[in-house]
Amino acid sequence: MALAKRIIPCLDVDKGRVVKGVNFVGIRDAGDPVEIAKRYNDQGADEITFLDITASHEGRDTTVHMVEAIAEQVFIPLTVGGGIRELDDIRRMLNAGADKVSINSAAVYNPEFVKAASDKFGAQCIVVAIDAKQVGDNHWEIFTHGGRKATGINAVEWAVKMAEFGAGEILLTSMDRDGVKSGFDLGVTRAIVDSVNIPVIASGGVGNLDHLVDGVKIGHADAVLAASIFHFGEYTVQQAKQHMAAAGIEMRLD
Amino acid sequence: MIITLIDYGMGNHLSVRNALKRLGYDSSVSQDPAVIKSSDLIILPGVGSFRRAMENLNRLGLSEVIRLAATENGTPTLGICLGMQLLGSESTEDGVCEGLRLIENKITKLDGSSDIRIPHVGFNNVYWETNNDLTVDINQNSDFYFTHSYAMKDDDKTADYIYCDYGMPFVAGFRKENVFGVQFHPEKSQKNGLKLLKNFLEIKRA
Repeated sequence: MALAKRIIPCLDVDKGRVVKGVNFVGIRDAGDPVEIAKRYNDQGADEITFLDITASHEGRDTTVHMVEAIAEQVFIPLTVGGGIRELDDIRRMLNAGADKVSINSAAVYNPEFVKAASDKFGAQCIVVAIDAKQVGDNHWEIFTHGGRKATGINAVEWAVKMAEFGAGEILLTSMDRDGVKSGFDLGVTRAIVDSVNIPVIASGGVGNLDHLVDGVKIGHADAVLAASIFHFGEYTVQQAKQHMAAAGIEMRLD
Repeated sequence: MIITLIDYGMGNHLSVRNALKRLGYDSSVSQDPAVIKSSDLIILPGVGSFRRAMENLNRLGLSEVIRLAATENGTPTLGICLGMQLLGSESTEDGVCEGLRLIENKITKLDGSSDIRIPHVGFNNVYWETNNDLTVDINQNSDFYFTHSYAMKDDDKTADYIYCDYGMPFVAGFRKENVFGVQFHPEKSQKNGLKLLKNFLEIKRA
Protein backbone atom coordinates (compact mmCIF):
# COMPACT_ATOMS: atom_id res chain seq x y z
CA MET A 1 0.00 0.00 0.00
CA ALA A 2 1.20 3.47 -0.82
CA LEU A 3 0.15 6.74 -2.31
CA ALA A 4 -2.26 5.78 -5.09
CA LYS A 5 -1.97 7.04 -8.65
CA ARG A 6 -4.92 9.21 -9.55
CA ILE A 7 -7.41 9.20 -12.41
CA ILE A 8 -8.79 12.65 -13.08
CA PRO A 9 -11.66 13.05 -15.55
CA CYS A 10 -11.57 16.50 -17.11
CA LEU A 11 -14.57 18.60 -18.05
CA ASP A 12 -13.83 21.18 -20.75
CA VAL A 13 -16.74 23.56 -20.33
CA ASP A 14 -17.89 26.10 -22.90
CA LYS A 15 -20.89 28.32 -22.18
CA GLY A 16 -22.15 25.94 -19.53
CA ARG A 17 -21.78 22.69 -21.49
CA VAL A 18 -19.10 20.00 -21.41
CA VAL A 19 -17.45 19.86 -24.81
CA LYS A 20 -14.50 18.07 -26.31
CA GLY A 21 -12.57 19.23 -29.33
CA VAL A 22 -9.85 17.64 -31.40
CA ASN A 23 -6.58 19.55 -31.06
CA PHE A 24 -8.63 22.24 -29.31
CA VAL A 25 -10.71 22.87 -32.45
CA GLY A 26 -13.94 21.18 -33.53
CA ILE A 27 -16.27 20.97 -30.58
CA ARG A 28 -18.59 18.09 -29.62
CA ASP A 29 -21.25 18.43 -26.90
CA ALA A 30 -20.96 15.93 -24.05
CA GLY A 31 -23.58 17.23 -21.63
CA ASP A 32 -24.25 19.04 -18.38
CA PRO A 33 -21.16 19.59 -16.18
CA VAL A 34 -22.93 18.97 -12.88
CA GLU A 35 -24.47 15.68 -14.03
CA ILE A 36 -21.23 14.50 -15.53
CA ALA A 37 -19.18 15.43 -12.47
CA LYS A 38 -21.64 13.53 -10.29
CA ARG A 39 -21.40 10.49 -12.54
CA TYR A 40 -17.59 10.45 -12.34
CA ASN A 41 -17.71 10.92 -8.57
CA ASP A 42 -19.99 7.88 -8.35
CA GLN A 43 -17.67 5.87 -10.62
CA GLY A 44 -14.78 6.40 -8.18
CA ALA A 45 -12.85 9.23 -9.84
CA ASP A 46 -10.04 10.48 -7.59
CA GLU A 47 -10.48 14.13 -8.53
CA ILE A 48 -12.28 16.22 -11.10
CA THR A 49 -10.84 19.02 -13.20
CA PHE A 50 -13.14 21.69 -14.62
CA LEU A 51 -11.61 23.80 -17.38
CA ASP A 52 -13.63 26.82 -18.44
CA ILE A 53 -12.72 27.26 -22.08
CA THR A 54 -15.20 30.10 -22.66
CA ALA A 55 -12.75 32.28 -20.78
CA SER A 56 -14.80 35.41 -21.47
CA HIS A 57 -15.56 37.64 -18.54
CA GLU A 58 -19.33 37.30 -19.07
CA GLY A 59 -19.02 33.57 -18.52
CA ARG A 60 -17.36 33.89 -15.11
CA ASP A 61 -20.54 34.00 -13.05
CA THR A 62 -21.87 30.92 -14.80
CA THR A 63 -18.65 29.11 -13.93
CA VAL A 64 -18.85 30.13 -10.29
CA HIS A 65 -22.42 28.83 -10.04
CA MET A 66 -21.47 25.55 -11.70
CA VAL A 67 -18.53 25.08 -9.38
CA GLU A 68 -20.88 25.66 -6.45
CA ALA A 69 -23.34 23.12 -7.80
CA ILE A 70 -20.62 20.54 -8.41
CA ALA A 71 -19.08 21.07 -4.97
CA GLU A 72 -22.42 20.25 -3.35
CA GLN A 73 -22.55 16.87 -5.07
CA VAL A 74 -18.97 15.77 -5.33
CA PHE A 75 -16.85 14.75 -2.34
CA ILE A 76 -13.51 14.52 -4.08
CA PRO A 77 -11.09 17.34 -4.92
CA LEU A 78 -12.16 19.77 -7.60
CA THR A 79 -9.69 21.80 -9.66
CA VAL A 80 -10.94 24.77 -11.67
CA GLY A 81 -9.00 26.36 -14.51
CA GLY A 82 -9.51 28.75 -17.39
CA GLY A 83 -9.18 32.49 -17.08
CA ILE A 84 -7.48 32.49 -13.67
CA ARG A 85 -5.53 35.74 -13.88
CA GLU A 86 -5.76 37.48 -10.53
CA LEU A 87 -5.66 36.57 -6.87
CA ASP A 88 -9.31 37.53 -6.71
CA ASP A 89 -10.19 34.93 -9.39
CA ILE A 90 -8.59 32.31 -7.15
CA ARG A 91 -10.42 33.50 -4.07
CA ARG A 92 -13.76 33.37 -5.92
CA MET A 93 -13.21 29.81 -7.12
CA LEU A 94 -12.03 28.57 -3.73
CA ASN A 95 -15.01 30.24 -2.07
CA ALA A 96 -17.30 28.55 -4.58
CA GLY A 97 -15.96 25.16 -3.46
CA ALA A 98 -12.94 24.52 -5.68
CA ASP A 99 -9.99 22.94 -3.89
CA LYS A 100 -7.36 23.98 -6.41
CA VAL A 101 -7.05 26.33 -9.33
CA SER A 102 -5.14 25.72 -12.50
CA ILE A 103 -3.14 28.68 -13.81
CA ASN A 104 -2.08 28.64 -17.43
CA SER A 105 -1.41 31.73 -19.58
CA ALA A 106 -1.34 34.10 -16.61
CA ALA A 107 1.74 32.23 -15.39
CA VAL A 108 3.43 32.65 -18.76
CA TYR A 109 2.74 36.40 -18.88
CA ASN A 110 3.55 36.99 -15.24
CA PRO A 111 5.42 34.18 -13.44
CA GLU A 112 5.37 36.23 -10.24
CA PHE A 113 1.62 35.64 -10.13
CA VAL A 114 2.30 31.98 -9.30
CA LYS A 115 4.55 33.05 -6.43
CA ALA A 116 1.95 35.45 -5.06
CA ALA A 117 -0.83 32.87 -5.43
CA SER A 118 1.17 30.13 -3.72
CA ASP A 119 2.17 32.46 -0.91
CA LYS A 120 -1.39 33.60 -0.34
CA PHE A 121 -3.36 30.38 -0.73
CA GLY A 122 -0.71 27.68 -0.25
CA ALA A 123 1.10 25.52 -2.81
CA GLN A 124 -1.43 22.72 -2.34
CA CYS A 125 -4.09 24.63 -4.25
CA ILE A 126 -1.94 26.00 -7.07
CA VAL A 127 -1.71 23.84 -10.17
CA VAL A 128 0.32 25.24 -13.04
CA ALA A 129 -0.97 24.05 -16.40
CA ILE A 130 1.63 23.66 -19.11
CA ASP A 131 0.55 23.28 -22.73
CA ALA A 132 3.54 21.86 -24.58
CA LYS A 133 4.27 20.99 -28.20
CA GLN A 134 7.22 19.09 -29.53
CA VAL A 135 9.39 21.37 -31.68
CA GLY A 136 12.45 19.13 -32.11
CA ASP A 137 14.22 16.04 -30.79
CA ASN A 138 13.73 16.01 -27.02
CA HIS A 139 12.65 19.62 -27.23
CA TRP A 140 9.22 20.88 -26.23
CA GLU A 141 7.95 24.43 -26.05
CA ILE A 142 5.12 26.17 -24.23
CA PHE A 143 2.16 27.30 -26.31
CA THR A 144 -0.69 29.54 -25.21
CA HIS A 145 -4.12 30.42 -26.62
CA GLY A 146 -5.23 26.82 -26.96
CA GLY A 147 -2.02 25.82 -28.70
CA ARG A 148 -2.05 28.57 -31.32
CA LYS A 149 0.61 30.87 -29.95
CA ALA A 150 4.25 29.85 -29.51
CA THR A 151 6.19 31.42 -26.64
CA GLY A 152 9.67 30.07 -27.30
CA ILE A 153 9.84 28.87 -23.69
CA ASN A 154 11.38 25.45 -23.09
CA ALA A 155 8.73 23.31 -21.39
CA VAL A 156 11.06 21.37 -19.09
CA GLU A 157 12.87 24.50 -17.88
CA TRP A 158 9.51 26.17 -17.39
CA ALA A 159 8.24 23.30 -15.21
CA VAL A 160 11.35 23.56 -13.03
CA LYS A 161 10.84 27.31 -12.66
CA MET A 162 7.15 26.92 -11.79
CA ALA A 163 7.99 24.36 -9.10
CA GLU A 164 10.50 26.84 -7.65
CA PHE A 165 7.86 29.56 -7.76
CA GLY A 166 5.53 27.53 -5.57
CA ALA A 167 3.37 25.42 -7.86
CA GLY A 168 1.96 22.45 -5.94
CA GLU A 169 1.39 20.36 -9.07
CA ILE A 170 2.00 20.48 -12.80
CA LEU A 171 -0.80 19.69 -15.23
CA LEU A 172 1.05 18.83 -18.42
CA THR A 173 -0.93 18.77 -21.65
CA SER A 174 0.60 17.72 -24.91
CA MET A 175 -1.04 19.95 -27.49
CA ASP A 176 -0.03 17.65 -30.37
CA ARG A 177 -1.90 14.83 -28.72
CA ASP A 178 -4.95 16.54 -27.27
CA GLY A 179 -8.10 14.92 -28.62
CA VAL A 180 -6.10 12.72 -31.02
CA LYS A 181 -6.37 9.56 -28.91
CA SER A 182 -2.91 8.23 -29.74
CA GLY A 183 -1.64 8.24 -26.15
CA PHE A 184 0.26 10.71 -23.98
CA ASP A 185 3.48 12.27 -25.21
CA LEU A 186 5.54 10.08 -22.89
CA GLY A 187 8.79 11.84 -23.77
CA VAL A 188 7.84 15.23 -22.40
CA THR A 189 5.99 13.63 -19.48
CA ARG A 190 9.05 11.68 -18.40
CA ALA A 191 11.38 14.64 -18.99
CA ILE A 192 9.32 16.89 -16.72
CA VAL A 193 8.65 14.24 -14.06
CA ASP A 194 12.40 13.61 -13.85
CA SER A 195 13.16 17.33 -13.51
CA VAL A 196 10.76 18.41 -10.75
CA ASN A 197 9.94 17.14 -7.28
CA ILE A 198 6.22 18.04 -7.32
CA PRO A 199 3.44 15.79 -8.63
CA VAL A 200 2.86 15.80 -12.39
CA ILE A 201 -0.50 15.11 -14.03
CA ALA A 202 -0.25 13.80 -17.60
CA SER A 203 -2.89 14.97 -20.04
CA GLY A 204 -3.70 14.97 -23.72
CA GLY A 205 -4.11 12.03 -26.06
CA VAL A 206 -5.75 9.23 -24.09
CA GLY A 207 -7.64 6.93 -26.46
CA ASN A 208 -7.66 3.67 -24.52
CA LEU A 209 -6.92 2.28 -21.08
CA ASP A 210 -3.41 1.12 -21.94
CA HIS A 211 -2.51 4.76 -22.56
CA LEU A 212 -3.30 5.48 -18.91
CA VAL A 213 -1.04 2.62 -17.84
CA ASP A 214 1.77 3.92 -20.08
CA GLY A 215 1.43 7.42 -18.62
CA VAL A 216 2.27 6.03 -15.19
CA LYS A 217 4.62 3.17 -16.05
CA ILE A 218 6.62 4.83 -18.84
CA GLY A 219 5.88 8.52 -18.34
CA HIS A 220 6.14 8.15 -14.52
CA ALA A 221 3.19 10.52 -14.06
CA ASP A 222 1.62 10.77 -10.61
CA ALA A 223 -1.84 11.19 -12.06
CA VAL A 224 -3.50 10.80 -15.44
CA LEU A 225 -6.17 13.05 -16.86
CA ALA A 226 -8.60 12.06 -19.58
CA ALA A 227 -11.81 13.43 -21.04
CA SER A 228 -13.38 11.92 -24.12
CA ILE A 229 -12.87 8.24 -23.27
CA PHE A 230 -15.16 8.82 -20.29
CA HIS A 231 -17.56 11.41 -21.71
CA PHE A 232 -18.95 9.30 -24.49
CA GLY A 233 -19.30 6.12 -22.48
CA GLU A 234 -16.42 4.14 -23.99
CA TYR A 235 -15.11 3.34 -20.53
CA THR A 236 -16.16 4.10 -16.98
CA VAL A 237 -13.67 5.53 -14.51
CA GLN A 238 -14.00 2.34 -12.49
CA GLN A 239 -13.03 0.21 -15.51
CA ALA A 240 -9.99 2.42 -16.00
CA LYS A 241 -8.97 2.01 -12.36
CA GLN A 242 -9.40 -1.76 -12.49
CA HIS A 243 -7.33 -1.92 -15.66
CA MET A 244 -4.51 0.11 -14.13
CA ALA A 245 -4.59 -1.94 -10.91
CA ALA A 246 -4.41 -5.15 -12.97
CA ALA A 247 -1.27 -3.73 -14.61
CA GLY A 248 0.30 -3.51 -11.16
CA ILE A 249 -0.33 0.18 -10.46
CA GLU A 250 -1.36 1.25 -6.96
CA MET A 251 -4.95 2.50 -7.27
CA ARG A 252 -7.70 3.43 -4.83
CA LEU A 253 -10.36 0.80 -5.40
CA ASP A 254 -12.51 0.88 -2.26
CA MET B 1 -26.89 20.77 17.80
CA ILE B 2 -24.69 23.80 17.11
CA ILE B 3 -21.74 22.98 14.85
CA THR B 4 -19.38 25.88 14.28
CA LEU B 5 -16.59 26.13 11.75
CA ILE B 6 -14.04 28.67 12.89
CA ASP B 7 -13.59 31.47 10.39
CA TYR B 8 -10.13 32.99 10.46
CA GLY B 9 -9.89 33.85 6.80
CA MET B 10 -8.07 30.72 5.61
CA GLY B 11 -10.47 27.83 5.48
CA ASN B 12 -12.28 25.99 2.77
CA HIS B 13 -15.51 26.10 4.76
CA LEU B 14 -17.86 25.34 1.94
CA SER B 15 -16.55 21.84 1.23
CA VAL B 16 -16.78 20.86 4.87
CA ARG B 17 -20.27 22.35 5.19
CA ASN B 18 -21.40 20.56 2.03
CA ALA B 19 -20.22 17.28 3.50
CA LEU B 20 -21.98 17.96 6.81
CA LYS B 21 -25.14 18.88 4.91
CA ARG B 22 -24.97 15.60 3.01
CA LEU B 23 -24.88 13.87 6.42
CA GLY B 24 -27.96 15.83 7.49
CA TYR B 25 -26.32 18.42 9.73
CA ASP B 26 -26.52 22.20 9.57
CA SER B 27 -23.43 24.16 10.48
CA SER B 28 -22.41 27.77 10.67
CA VAL B 29 -19.21 29.69 10.14
CA SER B 30 -18.18 32.15 12.80
CA GLN B 31 -15.41 34.15 14.41
CA ASP B 32 -17.65 35.34 17.26
CA PRO B 33 -16.27 34.12 20.62
CA ALA B 34 -19.79 33.88 22.07
CA VAL B 35 -20.95 31.58 19.27
CA ILE B 36 -17.82 29.46 19.52
CA LYS B 37 -18.18 29.13 23.31
CA SER B 38 -21.79 27.96 23.03
CA SER B 39 -21.12 25.42 20.25
CA ASP B 40 -21.61 21.69 20.72
CA LEU B 41 -18.93 20.85 18.19
CA ILE B 42 -16.10 22.95 16.80
CA ILE B 43 -14.34 22.38 13.51
CA LEU B 44 -11.12 24.16 12.65
CA PRO B 45 -10.55 23.83 8.91
CA GLY B 46 -7.70 25.43 7.05
CA VAL B 47 -5.40 25.49 4.09
CA GLY B 48 -2.31 27.63 3.61
CA SER B 49 0.57 28.69 5.79
CA PHE B 50 0.83 27.85 9.50
CA ARG B 51 2.35 31.18 10.44
CA ARG B 52 -0.29 33.25 8.67
CA ALA B 53 -3.05 31.12 10.20
CA MET B 54 -1.69 31.61 13.74
CA GLU B 55 -1.31 35.33 13.13
CA ASN B 56 -4.95 35.51 12.07
CA LEU B 57 -6.18 33.42 15.02
CA ASN B 58 -4.17 35.54 17.47
CA ARG B 59 -5.22 38.83 15.91
CA LEU B 60 -8.89 37.84 16.06
CA GLY B 61 -8.46 36.71 19.67
CA LEU B 62 -9.57 33.21 18.69
CA SER B 63 -6.58 31.22 19.93
CA GLU B 64 -7.62 31.63 23.54
CA VAL B 65 -11.30 31.10 22.72
CA ILE B 66 -10.55 27.76 21.02
CA ARG B 67 -8.22 26.66 23.82
CA LEU B 68 -10.82 27.43 26.49
CA ALA B 69 -13.66 25.79 24.59
CA ALA B 70 -11.60 22.64 24.09
CA THR B 71 -10.19 22.46 27.62
CA GLU B 72 -12.58 24.10 30.11
CA ASN B 73 -15.81 23.44 28.21
CA GLY B 74 -14.72 20.07 26.89
CA THR B 75 -16.23 20.85 23.49
CA PRO B 76 -15.31 18.17 20.91
CA THR B 77 -12.99 19.96 18.50
CA LEU B 78 -11.76 18.69 15.14
CA GLY B 79 -8.87 20.21 13.21
CA ILE B 80 -8.69 19.39 9.50
CA CYS B 81 -5.44 19.57 7.47
CA LEU B 82 -3.75 22.84 8.47
CA GLY B 83 -6.42 23.05 11.18
CA MET B 84 -5.00 19.86 12.73
CA GLN B 85 -1.46 21.20 12.58
CA LEU B 86 -2.56 24.39 14.36
CA LEU B 87 -3.64 22.25 17.35
CA GLY B 88 0.01 21.19 17.77
CA SER B 89 2.83 22.81 19.73
CA GLU B 90 4.89 24.39 16.95
CA SER B 91 5.68 24.25 13.24
CA THR B 92 8.91 24.90 11.41
CA GLU B 93 7.04 26.33 8.38
CA ASP B 94 8.45 29.85 7.61
CA GLY B 95 10.57 29.78 10.78
CA VAL B 96 9.43 28.27 14.07
CA CYS B 97 5.92 29.35 15.03
CA GLU B 98 3.95 28.35 18.13
CA GLY B 99 0.59 26.59 17.69
CA LEU B 100 -2.47 26.27 19.95
CA ARG B 101 -0.72 23.59 22.04
CA LEU B 102 -3.78 21.42 22.56
CA ILE B 103 -1.46 18.54 21.82
CA GLU B 104 2.33 18.65 22.32
CA ASN B 105 3.26 17.55 18.83
CA LYS B 106 5.68 19.30 16.52
CA ILE B 107 5.12 19.88 12.82
CA THR B 108 8.02 19.60 10.38
CA LYS B 109 8.47 19.34 6.65
CA LEU B 110 8.02 15.93 5.02
CA ASP B 111 11.37 14.36 4.30
CA GLY B 112 12.05 14.95 0.61
CA SER B 113 15.44 13.21 0.65
CA SER B 114 13.82 9.88 -0.09
CA ASP B 115 12.24 9.27 -3.45
CA ILE B 116 8.98 11.12 -2.81
CA ARG B 117 7.31 14.17 -4.28
CA ILE B 118 6.29 17.09 -2.13
CA PRO B 119 3.53 18.14 -1.59
CA HIS B 120 2.06 14.75 -0.73
CA VAL B 121 -1.03 14.85 -2.94
CA GLY B 122 -3.62 12.14 -3.44
CA PHE B 123 -5.25 9.18 -1.75
CA ASN B 124 -3.08 7.26 0.66
CA ASN B 125 -3.91 4.54 3.14
CA VAL B 126 -3.99 5.02 6.89
CA TYR B 127 -3.65 2.58 9.79
CA TRP B 128 -3.83 2.59 13.56
CA GLU B 129 -2.91 0.47 16.55
CA THR B 130 -5.78 1.47 18.82
CA ASN B 131 -9.32 2.15 17.69
CA ASN B 132 -10.71 5.55 18.58
CA ASP B 133 -14.02 7.34 18.09
CA LEU B 134 -13.01 8.51 14.62
CA THR B 135 -12.22 5.03 13.29
CA VAL B 136 -15.57 3.35 14.10
CA ASP B 137 -16.71 1.19 11.15
CA ILE B 138 -13.74 2.26 9.03
CA ASN B 139 -11.39 -0.45 7.77
CA GLN B 140 -7.67 -0.43 8.44
CA ASN B 141 -5.76 0.76 5.35
CA SER B 142 -8.68 2.80 4.02
CA ASP B 143 -7.69 5.59 1.64
CA PHE B 144 -8.08 9.27 2.42
CA TYR B 145 -7.21 12.35 0.40
CA PHE B 146 -4.08 14.23 1.49
CA THR B 147 -2.52 17.44 0.26
CA HIS B 148 0.27 18.84 2.43
CA SER B 149 4.00 19.46 2.69
CA TYR B 150 4.34 19.56 6.48
CA ALA B 151 3.41 16.78 8.86
CA MET B 152 2.85 16.20 12.57
CA LYS B 153 4.97 13.93 14.75
CA ASP B 154 3.56 11.76 17.54
CA ASP B 155 5.59 13.31 20.39
CA ASP B 156 2.63 13.28 22.81
CA LYS B 157 2.33 9.67 23.97
CA THR B 158 -1.03 10.18 25.71
CA ALA B 159 -3.03 10.43 22.47
CA ASP B 160 -4.49 7.77 20.16
CA TYR B 161 -3.11 7.98 16.64
CA ILE B 162 -3.94 7.23 13.04
CA TYR B 163 -0.81 6.98 10.88
CA CYS B 164 0.13 7.29 7.24
CA ASP B 165 3.48 6.50 5.61
CA TYR B 166 4.99 8.85 3.06
CA GLY B 167 8.76 8.81 3.12
CA MET B 168 8.30 8.50 6.88
CA PRO B 169 5.38 7.61 9.15
CA PHE B 170 3.48 10.72 10.24
CA VAL B 171 0.30 11.55 12.17
CA ALA B 172 -2.69 11.24 9.83
CA GLY B 173 -5.11 11.71 12.70
CA PHE B 174 -5.29 11.76 16.50
CA ARG B 175 -7.60 11.81 19.44
CA LYS B 176 -6.56 13.38 22.70
CA GLU B 177 -9.58 13.44 25.03
CA ASN B 178 -12.07 15.70 23.24
CA VAL B 179 -9.53 17.14 20.79
CA PHE B 180 -9.30 15.49 17.36
CA GLY B 181 -7.31 16.15 14.25
CA VAL B 182 -6.99 14.73 10.76
CA GLN B 183 -4.26 15.65 8.29
CA PHE B 184 -6.32 14.40 5.35
CA HIS B 185 -9.49 15.98 4.02
CA PRO B 186 -12.46 13.83 5.08
CA GLU B 187 -14.75 16.13 3.09
CA LYS B 188 -12.82 15.14 -0.04
CA SER B 189 -12.39 11.43 0.69
CA GLN B 190 -15.74 10.12 -0.55
CA LYS B 191 -17.46 7.52 1.59
CA ASN B 192 -14.58 6.87 4.00
CA GLY B 193 -14.38 10.60 4.66
CA LEU B 194 -18.10 11.05 5.16
CA LYS B 195 -18.09 8.11 7.57
CA LEU B 196 -15.27 9.64 9.60
CA LEU B 197 -17.06 12.99 9.78
CA LYS B 198 -20.21 11.19 10.90
CA ASN B 199 -18.19 9.51 13.65
CA PHE B 200 -17.05 12.93 14.85
CA LEU B 201 -20.59 14.33 14.73
CA GLU B 202 -21.79 11.51 16.95
CA ILE B 203 -19.27 12.21 19.68
CA LYS B 204 -20.95 13.48 22.82
CA ARG B 205 -19.57 16.37 24.82
CA ALA B 206 -17.78 15.04 27.90
